[in-house]
Amino acid sequence: MRNLILLALIAITTFGNLGPVGALGTGSARAAESLATEPELEKRVTTLSQDLRCLVCQNQTIADSHAPLAIDLKNQIREKIAQGMSNDQIIDYMVQRYGDFVLYRPPVKAATLGLWFGPAAILLLGLIMLFRYLARRRREQHADVPLSDAERKRAQALLGMVDKESK
Amino acid sequence: MNRYLPLGIFLVIAAFLGVGLFLDPREVPSPLINKPAPAFSLPQLHQPAQTFSREDMKGKVWLLNVWASWCVACRDEHPVLVEFARTGAVPIVGLNYKDERRDGLRWLSQFGDPYQLSVYDYDGRIGIDYGVYGVPETFLIDKNGIIRYKRIGVVTPEILRDKILPLVRELNGNA
Repeated sequence: MRNLILLALIAITTFGNLGPVGALGTGSARAAESLATEPELEKRVTTLSQDLRCLVCQNQTIADSHAPLAIDLKNQIREKIAQGMSNDQIIDYMVQRYGDFVLYRPPVKAATLGLWFGPAAILLLGLIMLFRYLARRRREQHADVPLSDAERKRAQALLGMVDKESK
Repeated sequence: MNRYLPLGIFLVIAAFLGVGLFLDPREVPSPLINKPAPAFSLPQLHQPAQTFSREDMKGKVWLLNVWASWCVACRDEHPVLVEFARTGAVPIVGLNYKDERRDGLRWLSQFGDPYQLSVYDYDGRIGIDYGVYGVPETFLIDKNGIIRYKRIGVVTPEILRDKILPLVRELNGNA
């Protein structure tokens, strides 16, 4: 009897253990793995979709957009990551289909030089014009030009007027 | 001279903004022009059991028209295509994009079917390969499977006459 109980105990412990151990080898291991990688994956999807323009609602990234196409593209990104593509490869994949316009930050190339550096160039031009104007004005102000007789008379007349008014 | 400087700057800005008024921001240049049309093999709309692929049109100049029953602009375009198909100038293949099969079939029986056949892209996967973002879109593909022209938005009789037909004639003549 004691042996039988012992046998049953042994059986329960071994088989009882076997179950979870077996599951750990397959099911829960995979679950644990996906738990570990999914936030990572979602983070990559978010990073990538923040760099891509939604072509339906053009001033939004596909991360911000709920347009059907944006959702499709996010799924596509998820799929490409699962296939093991790198971020650059996924961006290339999108550019091949939708062109440079799909990039939220346009690449620096000959056609976009004006876009990237135009504002700075205009600002610089404005500054140069401003400084030249200020320098010229300073030169003119510092030059001591005596008043002509007519000007002196006019100035006195005006000053006299002020004096009278204030009295 | 300095007196006219503000006026000059104003005119330059006005000219730029004026031109901008007449540009359509929805028309994004496609990177696919003069590139091979992306391969596809899709079930047909009418016969789900049969597939149709890009290779089936090899050696022909053809139009690929992306349409859907939910697309409002397609209603404007459809009669133009039906009319154009009657001339038999160039075969048109329809790409029924993210549609319910039943709705797509009803649309064709209701408004007429200008297509040689339509393929059925339920999840829009092939649409993504073709860079589709605004239905309707139309691609002109040459005998070697190279995309020669893309129209985003409604195809009008003017576009058929001035853009598509001359290109079709040229592509049929040269290749």
